[in-house]
Amino acid sequence: MTPQMLPFLALCVDIALVLILLSFAVAFVRIALGPTLPDRVVAFDMLALLAVGFIGLLTLRSGHPVFLDAAIALALVAFVGTVAYARYIERCGVRQEGG
Amino acid sequence: METFAQIIAGVLILGGGLFSLVAAIGVVRLPDVLVRMHASTKAGTLGAGMILLAVAVFYRQGDISARAGAGIAFLLLTAPVAAHMIARASYFAGVPLWEKTGRDALRDHYERGAAAQGDDEDAPHPDVPVDPATDAPGAPDGKA
Repeated sequence: MTPQMLPFLALCVDIALVLILLSFAVAFVRIALGPTLPDRVVAFDMLALLAVGFIGLLTLRSGHPVFLDAAIALALVAFVGTVAYARYIERCGVRQEGG
Repeated sequence: METFAQIIAGVLILGGGLFSLVAAIGVVRLPDVLVRMHASTKAGTLGAGMILLAVAVFYRQGDISARAGAGIAFLLLTAPVAAHMIARASYFAGVPLWEKTGRDALRDHYERGAAAQGDDEDAPHPDVPVDPATDAPGAPDGKA
């Protein structure tokens, strides 16, 4: 059973959704212009964290707690992806920038 | 009790959203990879963790709160490891540091790779004066 959501909490969820959408837009700016590959990987990591928070908010807003599993899985996949990028940078350097 | 828990959850959610926004702005505004990583790792983890904690406080049921707690624990475990790996890789790959970097303790101990830009190989060394205009984020040579 899902607890009934008070108007205050609903308002907080809406405000936080807007804030996180803004954060998505701002982080995409760094992906677009980050001068080197590690800059973009850091911004990608940031995007994954933002998506985890966004899914948490979606859990509250929709009343379906099953979405939490998606948040955990996304955190796991983002970690593996970041580690793979780090290995790649360490092995191949950053000369292939933009590619 | 219910009202109290929901007020706590709302404050946690607002804080999480604000910290996420601060982290994203930091990723764009800060000068260099290592400093940007500082914003994304700490503030970003705090933002997502606060939102997951708010989910746990709102539902207060064993399985859901355990899942939210597992998510928080997972974020707290993986974010430092990932940040360390990117920092290490970018340092050894020779990504130029900020020109105002005060001290680079690893400089005398390791051979760094060539800088990404290629033409300013002295940029990583803090005691060589660097023209600030050439190192601005989004400099023309930053785009492929």
